[in-house]
Amino acid sequence: MSRYVLKRLIASLITLWVIVTLTFILMHSIPGGPFSYEKELPKAIIENLNKRYHLDWPLWKQYLDYLVHLIQWDLGPSFKYESMTVNDIINKGFPVSAALGGISLGFALVLGITAGVISALKQYQWQDSLVMLMATLGFSVPSFILASLFIYIFSYKLHWLPAAMWGKPEQVIMPALALSALPTAFIARMVRTTMLEVLSQDYIRTAWAKGLSGRVVILRHALKNALLPVLSYLGPLTAAILTGSFVVEKIFGIPGMGRQFVTSIYNRDYTTIMGVTIFYSIILILANFLVDIMYAYLDPRIKVTGEKE
Amino acid sequence: MPWKKVVGLLAIMAVFAFVFILAGCGGGQEESTGTASGEMAEEQVLIHNIGTEPESLDPAKITGIPEGTAVYQLFEGLTRITEDGLKPAVAESWDVSPDGLTYTFHLRDGAKWNNGDPVTAYDFEYAWKRALNPETECEYAYQLYYVKNGEAYNAGEITDPDQVGVKALDEKTLEVTLEAPAPYFLSLTSFYTLYPVHKATVEANPDWANAPETFVSNGPFNLENWEHHSKLELVKNDTYWDAENVKLDKVILTMVEEQATYLTMWENGEIDTIESPPLADMDRLRAEGKLQTKPYLGVYYYIFNTEQEPFDDPKVRKALALAIDRKTIVEKITKGGQLPAFALVPPGIPDAEPGSDFREVGGDLFKEDVETAKQLLAEAGYPNGEGLPEITILYNTHEAHKTIAEAIQEMWKTNLGIENVKLTNQEWKVYLNSRDEGDFHVARAGWIGDYADPMTFVDMFVTGGSQNDGRWSNARYDELVETAKNTGDQKVRMEAMHEAEEILMDEMAVMPIYFYTLNVCEQDYVRDVFWDPLGPPHFKSAWIAKH
Repeated sequence: MSRYVLKRLIASLITLWVIVTLTFILMHSIPGGPFSYEKELPKAIIENLNKRYHLDWPLWKQYLDYLVHLIQWDLGPSFKYESMTVNDIINKGFPVSAALGGISLGFALVLGITAGVISALKQYQWQDSLVMLMATLGFSVPSFILASLFIYIFSYKLHWLPAAMWGKPEQVIMPALALSALPTAFIARMVRTTMLEVLSQDYIRTAWAKGLSGRVVILRHALKNALLPVLSYLGPLTAAILTGSFVVEKIFGIPGMGRQFVTSIYNRDYTTIMGVTIFYSIILILANFLVDIMYAYLDPRIKVTGEKE
Repeated sequence: MPWKKVVGLLAIMAVFAFVFILAGCGGGQEESTGTASGEMAEEQVLIHNIGTEPESLDPAKITGIPEGTAVYQLFEGLTRITEDGLKPAVAESWDVSPDGLTYTFHLRDGAKWNNGDPVTAYDFEYAWKRALNPETECEYAYQLYYVKNGEAYNAGEITDPDQVGVKALDEKTLEVTLEAPAPYFLSLTSFYTLYPVHKATVEANPDWANAPETFVSNGPFNLENWEHHSKLELVKNDTYWDAENVKLDKVILTMVEEQATYLTMWENGEIDTIESPPLADMDRLRAEGKLQTKPYLGVYYYIFNTEQEPFDDPKVRKALALAIDRKTIVEKITKGGQLPAFALVPPGIPDAEPGSDFREVGGDLFKEDVETAKQLLAEAGYPNGEGLPEITILYNTHEAHKTIAEAIQEMWKTNLGIENVKLTNQEWKVYLNSRDEGDFHVARAGWIGDYADPMTFVDMFVTGGSQNDGRWSNARYDELVETAKNTGDQKVRMEAMHEAEEILMDEMAVMPIYFYTLNVCEQDYVRDVFWDPLGPPHFKSAWIAKH
């Protein structure tokens, strides 16, 4: 096990290094820099700015310098926001994004699994059709449309919820709903399929034959096995929620990190682009890693020993 | 069984969604129009959306409207721009030498920093030299180039700050020497780059402007709370010299970027004032009487790359400019009450005579005329557009720019027979880069004035000017701009600038399309917000009526 963890760790570090390098190269190859404005700056000032941010150095030197600081988790000052370093931006933005993401994730799991199970148990009945209709909608309607629709209905028309901003519980509902629509739909469909498969297996029939109650059969025997694929989906699910947050945070004016990711590119805020990308990569790598370990833990057929066969 | 509830919930959600999609098509707002009175409300809190996180709140480090909005409430300069023109602020009075080169400002006794220290002339001297110091990296330092040696010091040509023409004679007297007479210098002192900073604080702590605890300012409001990327909270400053005329107890500046979202917040009463509602809602808001259109000193225009064929021929440029229908563009596309532009300088800028307007004096400098345009194009050797090389219109990616470009493409085709006009859009910084490098045929551009004088527009197109991306050059034009820059005689200045503008439009170096307006929505209980035609609003005199 520890050998497997070590192996994965090394692979993760290499992945991260590739991401850092590629992002660095791509970022510097798009035209326009952090200090190109419509009202052009005097040369002396651009020179000073370039000096301060080491943009006057050759690229390889900037790159090495960045790596050295990165190892110490010093992500540098923001090019755009005088008052914040990139570390500040992440420290302030991540808890907000994590709260929103966590709530959405929880919502997607609870609603998705429940709907999937219902759908499987009532196959081809109206409940099944309804769930599948909702799932198709959740799949195909992008989160920013849902977000706008929610604002229109629940704020503009009904005045039930505030349209935007962050900090109060009622301000979490709409963004979390919009963000969880896609993963909910995905989980519901996945659980339905696996449930149907599991329910047709012999041991379930045996369980029924033994006269066990419906709840025991479904919850203890069927659902436990049907959930494994959902678990493996947790990695991509986290990714979906993270990337979904880029748009949703902007629409709802939420001070999270997703919004930073997009605006930093428009601003050519080099350090923020790098910092936020790296941070997201770490989270994704970590999420996939945890899922793999949990998977092995839950499914005795999979072993995570790194031993040679 | 719990699943029944879940299904029920889902069904309810679905029904709601359908009902309100349908209801939405019917429209119909049963909003009660307010009953705001002339009395002051108990709670004097105003919430305004600035849209985005300010880059900084240090007057020397800011450039944009969101930053300006915050800093205008937090600080105050020598003078203050108000609804009724320029008024004394930290300076109680001033004298101007007969040659127009030396300004002596007398500072008000009661002017204080919010830590209790008096605002002194030394603070101003320090702040201006700081803004000009290239180490400060002040992006708007050029607002101080009118001060003697300001540009030389900023460009690093001289290193001794004592040579810069700003000097505190004593605590309460500030002497400013200018490079050349500039009658609009006085109005510049109301601009944030020329605001004072508290010398002791800034010297002691380079990060002073980053947190409310260390923030020292001298304006009508204090910084109370800064929730990054969410909101700024400002409270009334009791040490402000004119605090008795400040009615708001609190100003909250929210940072909601999405236009549709902040409009909904406004329509819900969650925020009190917004700028620039979404284009799609303009007509409805105007019909409902919710939209206010204010003057704004800016011009939307197309640049011709005059180094390239066929745009090196003024006849072609002119033909293209005469063959579009500006009225249709502002009425059908921009919809915000913009004015068709037949010259460069927008209305709202005073001319030499008191009370006169530069645009009114100058009048329209050309007329749309398809027949003349056709003739000009034929004279240039392209009858009915035949033989013209492919023309590409470049704009930064944005729905409105795209629609305008499409309209112009269509107008050139219908009116002049030019078939091969292509459109290309680029992301903002890529577009700036293309413009800067002259990598375009025709490019969209916009310019908002820095101060209320025609010079802020006219000096853009001098040979080698940093905004002159079409690289147009005219010796007489340069000469006239130089004349205007070196005299304090308003009559001579204005005449020179009128003549320069005529040359520019006669050659059609750029093609003006419309003059900007500022579209705002105010709740009906909001009173006396001053919407500056140069940009950020002022809340010093604003108040909330009973509602």
